[in-house]
Amino acid sequence: MSNPVSALQGASFDGFAKVEEAGLCGMITLRGDLASAKVKKAVVNATGTEMPGQREVKVAGENALAWMSPDELLALVPYGEVTDKIAAIDKALAGQHYLAVNVSDARAVFRVSGTGVREVIAKLSPVDLSADAFTPGMIRRTRMAQVPAAFWIGEDGSATVICFRSVAEYVFNLLKGAAAPGSEVGLLG
Amino acid sequence: MSTRLATGGRLLNKDRAYQFTFNGKRLSGYEGDTLASALLANDQMLIGRSFKYHRPRGVVASGAEEPNGIVGLGEGAKFEPNQRVTTTELFDGLTCASQNHWPSLEFDVGAINTKLSRFLPAGFYYKTFISPRPFWKHVYEPIIRKSAGLGKAPKDRDQDTYEHFYAFFDVVVIGGGVAGLQAALAAGQAGAKVLLMEQTAHWGGRAVVDCHGVNEGEENVNGTPVDKFVDEIVAELEKLDNVTMRTRMMGAGVYDHGYLIGYERVTDHQPELDGPRHRLWRIRAGQIVTATGAIERPLSFAGNDIPGVLLASAIRDYAVNYGVSVGDRTVVVTNNDDAYRTAITLKSLGLDVPVILDARVLPEDSALMAQAKALGIRVMMGHGVAAVKGGKRVTGVEVCSQAGEGAVLETIDCDAVAMSGGWSPVVHLWSHCGGKLLWNNDFAMFQPDVDNPPRGADGEGFVIPAGSANGALDLSGILADADAAGKAAAKATGHKPGKGKAPSVQGITEAPMAAVWLMPQGAGVKKRMKAWLDYQNDVKVSDVQLAAREGFESVEHAKRYTTLGMATDQGKLSNINGLAILSDALNQPIPQTGTTTFRPPYTPISLSAIAGEARDERFQPIRKTPIHAWHEENGAFFEPVGQWRRPYCYHKPGESNHDAVKREINQTRESLGLLDASTLGKIIVKGPDAGKFLDMLYTNMMSTLKPGRCRYGLMCNENGFLMDDGVVARIDEDTFLCHTTTGGAESIHGHMEEWLQTEWWDWKVYTANVTEQYAQIAVVGPKARKTLEKLTDADISADALPFMAWADITIGDGIPARAYRISFSGELSYEIAVPASRGREFWDLLLAVGAEDGITPYGTEGLHVMRAEKGFIMIGDETDGTVIPQDLNMQWAISKKKDDYLGKRAQERSHMADPNRWKLVGLETVDGSVLPDGAYCVGEGTNENGQKNVQGRVTSTYYSPTLDKGIAMGLVHNGPDRMGEVIDFPKVDGAVVKAKIVDPIFYDKDGEKQNV
Amino acid sequence: MLILTCPCCGVTGEETEFHAGGEAHIKRFGPGSSEDEFHGYLFTKENAKGVHFERWRHNNGCGKWFHAARCTVTLEVFGTYSAQTYEPPQEIKDKISAKRPGWSWREFA
Repeated sequence: MSNPVSALQGASFDGFAKVEEAGLCGMITLRGDLASAKVKKAVVNATGTEMPGQREVKVAGENALAWMSPDELLALVPYGEVTDKIAAIDKALAGQHYLAVNVSDARAVFRVSGTGVREVIAKLSPVDLSADAFTPGMIRRTRMAQVPAAFWIGEDGSATVICFRSVAEYVFNLLKGAAAPGSEVGLLG
Repeated sequence: MSTRLATGGRLLNKDRAYQFTFNGKRLSGYEGDTLASALLANDQMLIGRSFKYHRPRGVVASGAEEPNGIVGLGEGAKFEPNQRVTTTELFDGLTCASQNHWPSLEFDVGAINTKLSRFLPAGFYYKTFISPRPFWKHVYEPIIRKSAGLGKAPKDRDQDTYEHFYAFFDVVVIGGGVAGLQAALAAGQAGAKVLLMEQTAHWGGRAVVDCHGVNEGEENVNGTPVDKFVDEIVAELEKLDNVTMRTRMMGAGVYDHGYLIGYERVTDHQPELDGPRHRLWRIRAGQIVTATGAIERPLSFAGNDIPGVLLASAIRDYAVNYGVSVGDRTVVVTNNDDAYRTAITLKSLGLDVPVILDARVLPEDSALMAQAKALGIRVMMGHGVAAVKGGKRVTGVEVCSQAGEGAVLETIDCDAVAMSGGWSPVVHLWSHCGGKLLWNNDFAMFQPDVDNPPRGADGEGFVIPAGSANGALDLSGILADADAAGKAAAKATGHKPGKGKAPSVQGITEAPMAAVWLMPQGAGVKKRMKAWLDYQNDVKVSDVQLAAREGFESVEHAKRYTTLGMATDQGKLSNINGLAILSDALNQPIPQTGTTTFRPPYTPISLSAIAGEARDERFQPIRKTPIHAWHEENGAFFEPVGQWRRPYCYHKPGESNHDAVKREINQTRESLGLLDASTLGKIIVKGPDAGKFLDMLYTNMMSTLKPGRCRYGLMCNENGFLMDDGVVARIDEDTFLCHTTTGGAESIHGHMEEWLQTEWWDWKVYTANVTEQYAQIAVVGPKARKTLEKLTDADISADALPFMAWADITIGDGIPARAYRISFSGELSYEIAVPASRGREFWDLLLAVGAEDGITPYGTEGLHVMRAEKGFIMIGDETDGTVIPQDLNMQWAISKKKDDYLGKRAQERSHMADPNRWKLVGLETVDGSVLPDGAYCVGEGTNENGQKNVQGRVTSTYYSPTLDKGIAMGLVHNGPDRMGEVIDFPKVDGAVVKAKIVDPIFYDKDGEKQNV
Repeated sequence: MLILTCPCCGVTGEETEFHAGGEAHIKRFGPGSSEDEFHGYLFTKENAKGVHFERWRHNNGCGKWFHAARCTVTLEVFGTYSAQTYEPPQEIKDKISAKRPGWSWREFA
């Protein structure tokens, strides 16, 4: 064994929605002045996405850039590229006040797909997941049952859920239970 | 007898028969039955026994208000006590059993209480079991607990699943009767996003039943019969995409800011289905329309609790909805017109109604009275029931004049009594969150005071009552009110209601009702002692009157003294009657007495639904390090540390905890130990002001730390008390990495952000909690360096990486790592952080290369003992939120050069600077034993409570394998000045342990072992 | 259960996403302050019946602190605003005045 491993090593469950641990995903937390042109340029260069506005996530292929708070972004890039991306950001922002840090291993990522995605999440998070309220391109940081989590729903209808690595098993169990066959609510399908 | 009629039963599917059992007896019913209707169809009138007197009890109602018909439902892992038969839908294979009797339902020894009822009045427990005092605990309470209570608690684990669901609507309409349907339609047509919920399985509520049998065409909506109207409006609602309709879902509670709990019984009626049994909807609503209907009130006459006496509306429901006649001959007793509908319905089904006893005296007949008379029913105005005859079921009624004292004028044989004392709007949901009530004298009922609704976040009302729940008791008024409510709700949520009118209703004008709170009006005490208010808890008219006489004049006091309304039905039938009796006894109007507080849930909901997903492995999050699986596979005995599970020690076969800890420590001190320290908090603090910031956070000076070096620091809150400690490493000029305790990772990060965001927001500092990014492993012991050198090419010698320094190194085939030369054990030690994704790999590598030196993973207990041997403090042991660094002789960690740090001013306060504070010392027992944890040291004299004065306490105590004796630390008055003194620690058993005050550093005082 | 709008990220969420942090607009006193000043800073709080100003953190969310102006009797929320301020913004004060004429809280009115 000489490869990095994710918390649940790709565990998956088929219910009325499909729940899969997405494996390792490169993640960079960037804190800084989001209005600064230099900061914008540095992160946009790292991800190849547009700059997200408040509570937005911009996705481009495997990469994504998410607005986390007024002074925080989360950049998602291929796992193997994180070190280089951070080095590039550091170089671009030399002399600026900012913080770019690798958090790839501090997280677990789940993909929830199928028609019941919104209902699975709505069983766990106090968020309006109806299609007109929570649209693709939005990211929501909230809680999932008893732990912090963030998620968004893509154009294809699948959800990406991010939580802390130490609670990966708990969150997987939550999603599994929420997607149990026969427990469809029939409201957000 | 009660039986199934040959025809009728509009909710039944008679093609589908269901078998079920009651007390082991095999019975049958139909799809569409409730358990109540199915039991009645099988002539099972007697269903249970009451709480106090063990009186025979049969169903009195047909819905959620039922106080009597409660059973234990299911068996084993499906068993649930106290289930209402009236709201339990029948399914094939249902099993149930009656409760609260011994040895059998038919013959119950406890029924002797009813004979003793004269001696068991309200407040009986309080008066009787008060003395002698000790008897309460040892004699009275055990007996009372055994004889009280209804159903038994389940013994087996609940095998069903439950869940929550968060949902958001503009308008939520509670109640799917005609009012709810109309309100939902009005709001839905205005474009609002609407949820309409109905607690039963059917739409339409009472209206369809109420119009049954009434002269053809006399009551209709838009010219069509009411049942057709319901079908049409349901169909219309189903066409609206913005309206969600759910049956079997009860509005359980209304809370602040439009929060609403919906309780959906998903598979109760079909237990064989997959999916959750109950779903708790946690709803946010812009506006809530409570179309919750009204509940009929019983009349208070002697024997009104005998099985066979039912609410008039219930008898009508059983007949029309389920094709069940409760009796062949039913006497109707009433104070209003509505009960005539029951008489008319029964007559139209070919059943006998010997008489209607109407307590009123009216100048002329109303339409319903005329219709009843036309059907040949005898009507006795101004009359009532003197007493019901019968034991386990009704055999007849004695008729008297309502105005008198109950002289029997006539005895009429019958096997059922249909009673109606008028209707009370269901105001529970309106009231839950503060909606006020008004007394309506015409109908003798409380109804919502619509000018005083519950108010939401914007200060505006967010609950609108509709239909009979708002006091509109006739169909025309109900639909008009509901239409207006739906439109108002839509408007309040930003929608434009249409101009359409409420459906036009042709209805019957009813004669006014008359308030009748006791029958007959002058009933003597013997009758009042048999006139039940609360059927389940056995509270009678006489009990409430007694409470008033004894001074329990507040309705809340009278309730608790008598237990009126405190049963599982929460007094849905009894409250208004009870407070009318109380008001009468106090000689004050009813509104002055007021109501008790309506609290959620409307009817009991399952605890499992409240727990939702939070059970078993999802009960609470268990945090796991990347090495957790190895711990599990290798005999770890876990202890909870916050939400983490950390190995306390690792058991080899046959080892006790003590053996394992001893082995782990000895091996670490002698050769090589390994600790999973991943749970320690790691927070990056970066920015031009990071040094200044950390100088404020820590008592130490952190800004002078050189990059590449580490410093142990203490953190206090503004009260001056220690809150956390840990090693800070300076990464570069702008960047620090702060280690926190395991429990402190999130809270200290929050603490930092709080000060940065709310006090020093102009300081240029960013923080990031990277605790879980790393697996951190402590490699500890004389062989630590040798072992690590096998895994890295980096120079980790004492010169290149001295004590309290750190370096980035590479482990194995490219694991990036940061090695901190820090020690919490007193041994040569490296704490090495690697990416979490490679933590297990690194751990395995260490085990492999350390094997030749007997590498030994150790747990938290080994860690604790070794730090105590070295005299290192532990946050949470030596500190408890009242301890300042000075108490721990840690002045060395408090910078004298700083003007300010969090806690500095507090530590200057007189009590903090008092030389008499208890201070940290080591403690060594004279006999070598281990001091009890938390033991207090006693001094001279006693305090004002006669207790011995104390002068210190144990904060940490262990058996030290290294020293082979008990060692401890403690806080002792003037401790450091009393070295060598022997002080006394009494144990719980009274024996005294003598301990000598010593230096808290027991092992390697000069630190030679860690500094090699 | 309250709903609050976080002025930092714009989320309107339920109380379980937030964490109450006690009274707002408290001035810190450190070394050099008198006993009375320091005691007041640490321990003397308003405990208002009616208009009140509080600190909240959007802990299950963007993580930012903010202030809320609220009525402790009716639970009405007059508004939320930045924590990086020494007093309630005029706009919030105006809103309160419209609904609770004559209100006062500490030195604000």
